[in-house]
Amino acid sequence: MTTNVSHGEHHHSHHFDSAEHEYSSDKEGLWLFMVTEILMFGGLFVAYAIFHSIYPEMFSEGASHLDWRMGFINTLVLITSSLTMALGIFYNQQNQPKKAFWNLIATILLGCCFLVIKYLEYSGKFHHGIYPGRFLDMAVVNPVHQNLGLYFGLYFCMTGLHGIHVVIGMSLIGWVAVRTYKGHFNSHYYTPVEGVGIFWHIVDLIWIFLFPLLYLVG
Amino acid sequence: MSQHHVIPFKTYMKVAAALVALTFLTVICHELHLGPLAGPVAFLIAAVKAALVLLYFMHLKYDNMQNRVIFGSGLIFLLLLIGFSALDIWTRVQSMSTL
Repeated sequence: MTTNVSHGEHHHSHHFDSAEHEYSSDKEGLWLFMVTEILMFGGLFVAYAIFHSIYPEMFSEGASHLDWRMGFINTLVLITSSLTMALGIFYNQQNQPKKAFWNLIATILLGCCFLVIKYLEYSGKFHHGIYPGRFLDMAVVNPVHQNLGLYFGLYFCMTGLHGIHVVIGMSLIGWVAVRTYKGHFNSHYYTPVEGVGIFWHIVDLIWIFLFPLLYLVG
Repeated sequence: MSQHHVIPFKTYMKVAAALVALTFLTVICHELHLGPLAGPVAFLIAAVKAALVLLYFMHLKYDNMQNRVIFGSGLIFLLLLIGFSALDIWTRVQSMSTL
């Protein structure tokens, strides 16, 4: 390839015509991946909708066991983390890696904050005998509706799968933060940050639906 | 590489502010106890928030047609799943178990 290049400059792989070709192919792959994410969570949302239409009172009872303030705070935490993630990309586009790095670190810290609140919620539920499905402790919870475990089966599956995504997202942000710090990215090449950003935003997007459906509507 | 569209800093701030405001609106609507409308209203607000995240944070507004179609195809398949599931549930003949 060309000689006389400065350190850290990105070269597109040889199977792409140009850097632009590489960038658009990477993004196409990412959006296809996002579709699989939407459909995976979509299945759970459809399960929620079906059982909610069959047992509306049972879902209200389930939601009454949740503290909406916790979900509310976590929604604000994730929205803020989405902003810092977007700024992490923005400052890489502006050739300001230091600012990009600190925004990415802030995103990871907000992710930690989300998980701590989620941990407090989960441990509170376990403490009160609330487990998914048939593991729900009927003697301790003493539910009005005998199938309350169904609601918490959905609750733990949906928020649990979402929580796994938060952990994976934080790890990926850590990876691009280190690369940002090392000066791997600039206004011409920041594809990994853009891709990780799209993943992090879809995690936020799913929570945007989980919060009202699980905590408020019930 | 040609320059990509860079969304201005101000736009990001406005979108974030709108998302926070809509989160408060969700809670306010919940406190109003809208009854049967509570579900659709909460879902509608969530859909607006999701659109803001998709268009601005995920840059879909300035992305090429290909990626928009890919996202749209996901949405269509999700609607198919919801649609046929709803048809199944609503058209079932209710009958009492003999057990």
